[in-house]
Amino acid sequence: MKLTVTSSPHIRGRDTIQRTMVDVLIALVPALIASTVVMGPRNLGVAVVSMSAAIAAEWLFSLACKKPNPVRDGSAAVTGLLLAMTLPATIPYWMAALGAAFAVIVVKGAFGGLGQNIFNPALAARAFLLVLFPAALVRYAAPGQNLSLFGTVDAIVSATPLHHMQMPVLPEQSLWEMLMGNSSGTLSEGLLLLGGVYLVWRKVISVRIPAAYLGTLAALTFIFYKGEDPLAWMLYSLLSGGVVLGAVFMATDYVTSPVTPKGQILYGMGCGALTMVFRYVGLYPEGVTYAILMMNATVWLLERLAPPRPFGEKKGGVLL
Amino acid sequence: MRRLFWGGVHPPEAKEMASAAQVTVLPAPAQVVVPLSQHIGAPAQPLVAVGNQVKMGQKIGDGEGLCVPVHAPVSGRVIAIEDRPHPGGVRRAVVIENDFQDTAETALTPHPDGEELSPEEIRSIVREAGITGMGGAAFPTAVKAQVEPGQVDLLIVNACECEPYITADDALLRAHPGRVIDGARLLGTAVGARQVVLAVEDNKREAIALLEQELAGRQDLELRVLPTRYPQGAEKQLIQAVAGRQVPSGGLPKDVGCTVFNAATCAAVSQAVREGMPLIQRIVTVTGKGVAKPQNFLVRIGTTFGQVVEAAGGLREDVWKVLSGGPMMGVAQPNLEAPVVKFVNAILCLTQADNGEREDPVCFRCGKCVEACPMHLQPLYFYRYGSNRNLSQLTRYRIADCIECGCCAYVCPGKVPLVAAIREGKAMVKEGKAK
Repeated sequence: MKLTVTSSPHIRGRDTIQRTMVDVLIALVPALIASTVVMGPRNLGVAVVSMSAAIAAEWLFSLACKKPNPVRDGSAAVTGLLLAMTLPATIPYWMAALGAAFAVIVVKGAFGGLGQNIFNPALAARAFLLVLFPAALVRYAAPGQNLSLFGTVDAIVSATPLHHMQMPVLPEQSLWEMLMGNSSGTLSEGLLLLGGVYLVWRKVISVRIPAAYLGTLAALTFIFYKGEDPLAWMLYSLLSGGVVLGAVFMATDYVTSPVTPKGQILYGMGCGALTMVFRYVGLYPEGVTYAILMMNATVWLLERLAPPRPFGEKKGGVLL
Repeated sequence: MRRLFWGGVHPPEAKEMASAAQVTVLPAPAQVVVPLSQHIGAPAQPLVAVGNQVKMGQKIGDGEGLCVPVHAPVSGRVIAIEDRPHPGGVRRAVVIENDFQDTAETALTPHPDGEELSPEEIRSIVREAGITGMGGAAFPTAVKAQVEPGQVDLLIVNACECEPYITADDALLRAHPGRVIDGARLLGTAVGARQVVLAVEDNKREAIALLEQELAGRQDLELRVLPTRYPQGAEKQLIQAVAGRQVPSGGLPKDVGCTVFNAATCAAVSQAVREGMPLIQRIVTVTGKGVAKPQNFLVRIGTTFGQVVEAAGGLREDVWKVLSGGPMMGVAQPNLEAPVVKFVNAILCLTQADNGEREDPVCFRCGKCVEACPMHLQPLYFYRYGSNRNLSQLTRYRIADCIECGCCAYVCPGKVPLVAAIREGKAMVKEGKAK
């Protein structure tokens, strides 16, 4: 009989990285199904290609670096799916694959792998594709054309709600249609929020970042509204573009967001504020991608500005 | 879910395994190994020599300064004074051959209930009875009870037993609730506390019912039932949960007017004062899937782990670890040769099925360790800065405040051995300061 002697604690919780990633995938499935119903099978095709490319890239990269194969942890699959969720269903498959490979190899692997990257891989890959192939990324097909898996994609392109809002006028879709994702260039924000509720219930994420993000954006768009009705402007601002996907799934990425509770709130607020600034001032109608990527770069600072209050002290300090 | 302190965890309690309803008296073995160091502080010096006859309860070791005497748990003959295994390594010990007569002799005078004792008298009995903290930390109780008049207003009896698996204190509360209450009152007098609170977690229903009966109509002691959460029984967290006060970094409970004594310590104080009985036995939980018949034993100090485990039906084939203490903070034993000492509340035998460790731990910055740390620390950074020996960052992130409760490593999805990293980091910082 040989007894093992290692440090306490001698029992571990059931939480694993794999389980976390599977939960994120589960949370994304309803919105993926809904957008596939709206856009057609090709939407699912983009997701499958992007995920497969991400997993293949992860495997090849670890092989090349002679590192243990991390595909099992599921993080590449999550990156692939998240990237696909940001792409139009009409995007050429090879572009989606290129983006996924870029996310896994350049944005994550080159920084040292899971846990080491500074920028969210899916969003950085989207930014990369947006620079190289702007036309393919900002043209969204009108819903209901049932895009087939293969063959040429010459869909009828239509303006997204955000294009209208850049005018600025309120989109023609009703708020209900926005929630259900029945417009070009949007996902079902309602189902994404449901996924967020699932992740909070499963304790995968805390509500701090999404709440701070959405709350800040809501407050700012209400105060600095365009058009007639501040409330409608605020609601359309929250439900259009990638805000919900960004707030619930991208900004909450563990690796690229702060670990301290107060840091998370500041981070969410920063994401919300920058999203509005980029939407109001920038060339593109959407600002979520760059807002979150910029906030990614401030994570180290936010953590140090807002560490937890030390036990036994009345007030917290900074850790600079 | 009500929480009285930040963070913490609630692992499966696993307390049903070793029932707290019954305590089996384990007969003393043919030979006992009594370490001269069973407390924090200077080891005792032997007062006997090889070949001497000793009686049960006779003082066989004592010393100056921060030291606690040790007593013979059996009567018999001293056959060796040498280095022997100890739950925390190797320590000098007095080995006594049991004559099975249990001839008792004690220098302590029994003081029946109702007799007025001064704080000095109580402290002196507590010291002479060899009482140390029995919850795990093993701090000399008489020294802890030595406070400036008026410095401590609140005495907390720690009957939380927040570690999973362990039921020793629960069993004690059920068997002798009166002893715990009496000891708490005596210690309250010793420290001059205005208020005495007995803190129990809500998973000990039978004990709570008994204590409520005992305390009915009494004003001098309050029973406080706390929601079960680990590490509620850690001194600083308990003070926060009960009194809402936080002990400052590097400070002691008395800095915020509190003092905490474990329930078993209180019972030992009562027995020392009322019966004149020094600390020579204690209740030990033997439990876990790795042992055949988990149960609570009343064990003489100096009985080896092996003998206790044997009495519980022996180890199972698939045993993985044997711990002195609980699964969160216990110390893994290389073998079963160490004896039960004053601070051993449990012998926990885990099996391979309990093994949640992982070959290739990964931190993916989920922040769960930050959420779980009851000391408001950021454990992931101890892992990061420890692995690149960044002493100034370790200090800046307050590594010395860590109480090593293990919540961070417990919740970590990447299975990073955070407590091991923190211990190494603390040693590095200490070494760095010494240079």
